[in-house]
Amino acid sequence: MDQTPIGKLRRAAVMLGFLALVVPIAAVAQPASPRTLALVDRITWGKTSASVHNATDMGADRWLKSQLRPPAQSTLPPEVQARIDLMRISTEPMERLAVAMDAQNKAAGQIQTPPERQAAQQAYQRAMADLKHQAASRSLLRDLYSPDQLREQMTWFWVNHFSVQADKRDIRAMIGDYEDQAIRPHALGKFRDLLGAAALHPAMLRYLDNDQNAVGHLNENYAREILELHTLGVGSGYSQKDVEEMARVLTGVGVSLSPDAPKLKPDQQPLYVRRGLLEFNPARHDFGPKVLLGEPVTGSGLGELDQALDRLARAPATARHISTKLALYFTGQAPPKLVERMSKTFLRTDGDIAKVLETLFGSEEFQASLGKRTKDPIHFAVSAVRLAYDGQTIANTAPIENWLGRMGQGLYGRETPDGYPLEDTAWTGPGQLATLFDVAQQIGSNPSGLFKPEGLNTVDAPAFPQLQNALFYSSTQAQLGAQTRTALAQAKSLAEWNSLYLSSPEFLHR
Amino acid sequence: MDRRALLTAALSVPALAAAGRVWSAPASDQRLLVVFLRGGYDAMNVVIPTGSDFYYEARPTLRIARPDPANLASALPLDSDWSLHPALRETIYPLWQKQQIAFVPFAGPDDLSRSHFETQDTIELGQPVNGSRNYRSGFMNRLNAQMAGGRPISFTAQPTLAFDGPRVVANIAMESVGKPGVDDRRSKLIEDMYRGQTLASAVSAGFDVRTKAYETLSGEMIAANRNAVSASGFELAARRIARLMRDEYNLAFVDVGGWDTHVNQGAATGVLADRIGALGRGLAGFASDLGPDIWAKTTVIVISEFGRTFRENGDKGTDHGHGSVYWVLGGSVKGGRIAGQQVALTPDKLNEKRDLPVLTDYRALIGGVAGRLYGLDGQRLSTVFPSVHASDLGLV
Repeated sequence: MDQTPIGKLRRAAVMLGFLALVVPIAAVAQPASPRTLALVDRITWGKTSASVHNATDMGADRWLKSQLRPPAQSTLPPEVQARIDLMRISTEPMERLAVAMDAQNKAAGQIQTPPERQAAQQAYQRAMADLKHQAASRSLLRDLYSPDQLREQMTWFWVNHFSVQADKRDIRAMIGDYEDQAIRPHALGKFRDLLGAAALHPAMLRYLDNDQNAVGHLNENYAREILELHTLGVGSGYSQKDVEEMARVLTGVGVSLSPDAPKLKPDQQPLYVRRGLLEFNPARHDFGPKVLLGEPVTGSGLGELDQALDRLARAPATARHISTKLALYFTGQAPPKLVERMSKTFLRTDGDIAKVLETLFGSEEFQASLGKRTKDPIHFAVSAVRLAYDGQTIANTAPIENWLGRMGQGLYGRETPDGYPLEDTAWTGPGQLATLFDVAQQIGSNPSGLFKPEGLNTVDAPAFPQLQNALFYSSTQAQLGAQTRTALAQAKSLAEWNSLYLSSPEFLHR
Repeated sequence: MDRRALLTAALSVPALAAAGRVWSAPASDQRLLVVFLRGGYDAMNVVIPTGSDFYYEARPTLRIARPDPANLASALPLDSDWSLHPALRETIYPLWQKQQIAFVPFAGPDDLSRSHFETQDTIELGQPVNGSRNYRSGFMNRLNAQMAGGRPISFTAQPTLAFDGPRVVANIAMESVGKPGVDDRRSKLIEDMYRGQTLASAVSAGFDVRTKAYETLSGEMIAANRNAVSASGFELAARRIARLMRDEYNLAFVDVGGWDTHVNQGAATGVLADRIGALGRGLAGFASDLGPDIWAKTTVIVISEFGRTFRENGDKGTDHGHGSVYWVLGGSVKGGRIAGQQVALTPDKLNEKRDLPVLTDYRALIGGVAGRLYGLDGQRLSTVFPSVHASDLGLV
């Protein structure tokens, strides 16, 4: 905690200022209904004054519809958009970035004198770490400030569904593009488009070793996870043979950082495909006949994969698997009847994700679940920062990235391809709660570096977490239970009050 | 069936373990640690069938040379059929020579999905594969309910399914134990807010385990400055686990990841050799930090969700398989032998022409060990592992 005299003064000033301010704002703020509050907390990354006002003004139903069909471009606060625009991942396309980073790595390795080589390799590692940080930062800034909150929640969901660990090989140079170009544009679109974009992205091909899957050198890692995790789901009826056939379909689908095409026989040349870093190399493909899920695969070359993905995306088992995960993500449960209705919508609309969500949001099961989910670490951290600095944009997301790492849910950090678990119980272990309360204390006690702009010798902008804000007095306060009120009343400082409030069962649930 | 779909379905099924503990088994001073190698470790390149010519044909680039005292990269002889990876020379091999470790080949579950996640769940739940599962009932929680004086803990960052159940079991990641940030006064206030609620016992257990871990390890943290070499990774975690299992806990679970070696896994050296070397240092460090008296009352079982393909794949790696090799070690383990049923490793004996068959069910193995350690009769054991008979391999 900040114990400097200036820190104390600032806190005192904030407390005084806050006491003087609250009453008039609370008096004009229109209280939101408990249902609207709960809905906003579930659909967004956590309530803010703006999101609650928006939903209240538009009416819950119209607001929900606007969240399901957001404009193609979200309008971020100008200072946030300007920061994103300056990032290297925004100014350089991924194809160039990955090639440049590869060249930098090779050049560093060729330096003869050990200390200089080491320095160059460290510089390479720093640059790669920075690319991953930029991706995380852009993602978190959108979670914090985009008005189109549902799209950002769904972007996290799909990045987690098609999970990739960035620290493997050179994926850090690709991860920003993966989220921004492959996943996010389709987050509320058609599942088939999403599947195709994720399946063919270099980050995914690298992560699950498919760039090393070739005829005569079969590697079934990616094939198995497409069937098990990305589409049909385990135990849905596919066989070991299907995994092997899918692996054969995937032979030759890889990543190339070279500007040149490989030398190919004349009859193979027309089948060669190159899109950015994605390469389909017919010389590495198994052209033998294949049977997937009981039906032959008839395309040729990369066309086989398109056909296989069509079949997988439209399989009833996929509809059920995806509906189950969506229900879990948004309600914490997956009651069979609800999943059945969502699956029907999925199949009827050719995998229209927004339509499936409409079925989910319109269900009694969803309504009954409002307020009853436990926040996982990312929902906890993002909702805390959104509320603590309601309306004031932070300058640095690095502290949030650190908190997520400490709480075991770092962005692009899941080691295994199954993604982070969606069940409440996966995040409420005793050890995890103890860590979460530590983080709550940090967020509640001081700005924690959130307002220190990136770069050397920068100075923090003045800020302090303000959880006793207008929204609290107009709406949230009335919903606190007696035990929580009693505990909060014993806080000896505003910082302690904040820490306790962020640790309360009321804040931990959504 | 899908794990998630079952979550709600399972609620209507009579809870396996909810019958509770009417009688407790006799109290025991025994400690049990289950080590789960997540990712499916390539058992055939760690406990190596050096007696099998087929092994040498099936793994042209991965194979480890037959024992040869003149070759440091060759395998270490266990018996006429089996040898140990050379990366375990200083750590696990001495335990073998002291007859404190046994290996159980052809071990695993009857789950043939070859999915990491499905098979890990299967093992941790310890319920029949074809029944409807109760995802809120792991076998270690049921074991704890059947033994007397259980003091369970999960040394994992996330709660583990094996310990899910009616009793809240604390979890803590050993690599990152630090001074608790929230002080006693605030902990009490936070506990007050959760009193009577669903998370109440988890909140209290979280503060409690952290305080215990910090107090137990703070001595070590000071001592560590005087050590020339300080442990890291799994070895650090395992040595810390030993400190906590000396006095505080007697039924524990820890997991170690990074075994999914589809590509370039290496042979005598390389990725898998590094992983297995670290595992060996961790287990040897655990034994040594417990001290001989407590080590004599401690059993460790090392398991993994599946073995890998007997043949190497096209990328100098191995893909998902079936039967594995489990380890049982401890100061009083009747080791120095390969335990359980075996078949000769020839092409026609492979399961589905690709991997090891399972001849020793993991539940029979663990149930047999736990039964002996804690004096549990058949009825208690069948509550821990329904519909499987514990097989006593005479390991403890």
